[in-house]
Amino acid sequence: MAKQAEKKVTESPAELEQYYREMLFIRHFEEKCNVAYRQGKAGGYMHVYIGMEALATGWLNSIRKGYDYVITAYRDHAHALLLGTDPVAVMAEIMGRKAGTAGGKGGSMHIYDPANGFFGGWGIVGGHIPLGAGLAFASKYREEDRVTLNFLGDGAANQGVVFETLNMAALYDLPCIFIIENNEFAMGTRLEYHAADPELWKRGEPFGIKSERVDGMDALQMKKDAQRIVDWVRENQKPYVVEVMSYRFAGHGAADNDRQLYRTKEEEAEHLKRDPVDRLKKVILQRNILTEEVLEAIDAEIQEQVEEIYAKADASPFPEASEVYDNIYTDMTPEKGH
Amino acid sequence: MTFREALQKSMIEEMDKNADVFLMGEDIGRYEGTFKVTKGLFPKYGHRRVIDTPITEAGFTGIATGAAMAGLRPIVEFMTMSFSILALDQIINHTAKVHYMTNGEVKCPIVLRGPGGAAKQLSAQHSHSMEGWYAHVPGLKVVCPATPNDVYGMLKTAIADDNPVVFYENPGLYGIKGTVPDDPNYSIPFGKAQILKEGKDLSLIGYSRMTHVNLAAAELLAKDGIDAEVVDVRSLLPLDTETIYASVRKTHRAVVVYEDWKSGGFGAEIAARIGEDCFDDLDAPVGRVGGLNVPMPYARVLELECIPDENDVLQAVRKLR
Repeated sequence: MAKQAEKKVTESPAELEQYYREMLFIRHFEEKCNVAYRQGKAGGYMHVYIGMEALATGWLNSIRKGYDYVITAYRDHAHALLLGTDPVAVMAEIMGRKAGTAGGKGGSMHIYDPANGFFGGWGIVGGHIPLGAGLAFASKYREEDRVTLNFLGDGAANQGVVFETLNMAALYDLPCIFIIENNEFAMGTRLEYHAADPELWKRGEPFGIKSERVDGMDALQMKKDAQRIVDWVRENQKPYVVEVMSYRFAGHGAADNDRQLYRTKEEEAEHLKRDPVDRLKKVILQRNILTEEVLEAIDAEIQEQVEEIYAKADASPFPEASEVYDNIYTDMTPEKGH
Repeated sequence: MTFREALQKSMIEEMDKNADVFLMGEDIGRYEGTFKVTKGLFPKYGHRRVIDTPITEAGFTGIATGAAMAGLRPIVEFMTMSFSILALDQIINHTAKVHYMTNGEVKCPIVLRGPGGAAKQLSAQHSHSMEGWYAHVPGLKVVCPATPNDVYGMLKTAIADDNPVVFYENPGLYGIKGTVPDDPNYSIPFGKAQILKEGKDLSLIGYSRMTHVNLAAAELLAKDGIDAEVVDVRSLLPLDTETIYASVRKTHRAVVVYEDWKSGGFGAEIAARIGEDCFDDLDAPVGRVGGLNVPMPYARVLELECIPDENDVLQAVRKLR
């Protein structure tokens, strides 16, 4: 169940600045993705992480990056960026360029970086959840002490294969953390209209999996909870279910241009008061870690950085048509079409 | 050695060679497998490498796929390929897409094997021929061996392959006998059809159990003075069109035989390719013998009506002339 916020200050000033920079970077990167989409530089389906930055920032700063495994659905830019994937390659992939993380074959929903432990980037709601458990299965089989972060949305928490996987994760004691990013909407369907029991943290209970609900809008609390859970799973080599309460400021995807169909402007305004980036900024100011001027300079610096990333990605070439058959298999191509 | 024993031998040798190879499936361990293909493996390798799963095909197929993405080499057994329908999203949307969607960054070395096609009176939900569904999907390899020798050599190739392989075993073949080489390093490459009987008058083209039907039909045709060539396709994806076309160019007549529903089954693809690429070599339109387009019925007399046999092949041959 919900934990009381710890009042004790444990983070160093450097950590606070790092989290702030990371969250702000995600915010501006995603805003630029929206621009790219509007300009026709990105196509298909694209889902941004605006409003949810504290969640991934907390978790991905709690693991051994490049050693532990991470997998998520299609709202995946932030996870890759936080794991250390070259942001130009991420932006290039979103723009369908050869320099993208998947050579332009995946797009926004399918960012991969296995060298940094990131296994995607998947488009079928809940479909990647057994894959994540499979990554954990492999580390257990090899008697390693890796932890797998298996992210899913509140909508995915209803999929049959998720229940199948929870059963097997408990049955085989897989070191896998099922992180339900509850942003309150499965696309345009509010939690109370899609889940018979909206307390999604209980999904683990029937299988005897340790389960709890935590706050994902406060970066510092998120980091504390994430670290505690990651350490427990690494130590005990068993699964864990965490429902992380969050809110998506943006629409479901770039094509979701009428949020009033499922929520009011007043509701959004209320939630914007909980903006995780502003919240951390206030803490930094309250603790006299950085001044308003320095924070503004950081903001400007990151915006410029994102502009550079965008320009570099946009200057990079599209794939050659001849690459279309590459990498379907490791050692052959299928029958040629046309 | 039986077809079933050849499968066992193949798995044991590959598991002994590579500690990353493990088995996963329903009732394959303590119960020894519904068709007893994994008999003896649980006592030999234990629960770490021979894993009994819950009856949740999508879940365990996905877990095996994830394990393959992390570098292990799972062999997944479906109690019947008909149950792999529950795992179609995993196989088509995930397993088959890993390598392409990561632009080659992540490999997915997994074998999805099990009995496919009609056994005996298992009726409508347990008799599907799924090979054509899978051979439709870029990213998968699909093989359908017909003999103990081939099943032995091709399963070894499948386990060593860095791509997902759907390995189709017709349940009617588990008990057939044949010779198998005593060589742990033996293997048969995919994409190589074989001529099991040479002939000059027409080509009977099939795979899996239908290869045996074709051999029986060829014997009957010989009595009428017709010299049929029997082409065992073995591998659907990749497909050895070279050997198939060479046979057709020699005999100028072809009948494609498959157990799956006639309409839209993989035999239709083979027939289409022959029509497309060998039109000038043909003296008659390509013939097709497929399963009846009905859900598989229970009563044996009705079931036998659905599954192609040598008489159906003979009729199709007569229509060519």
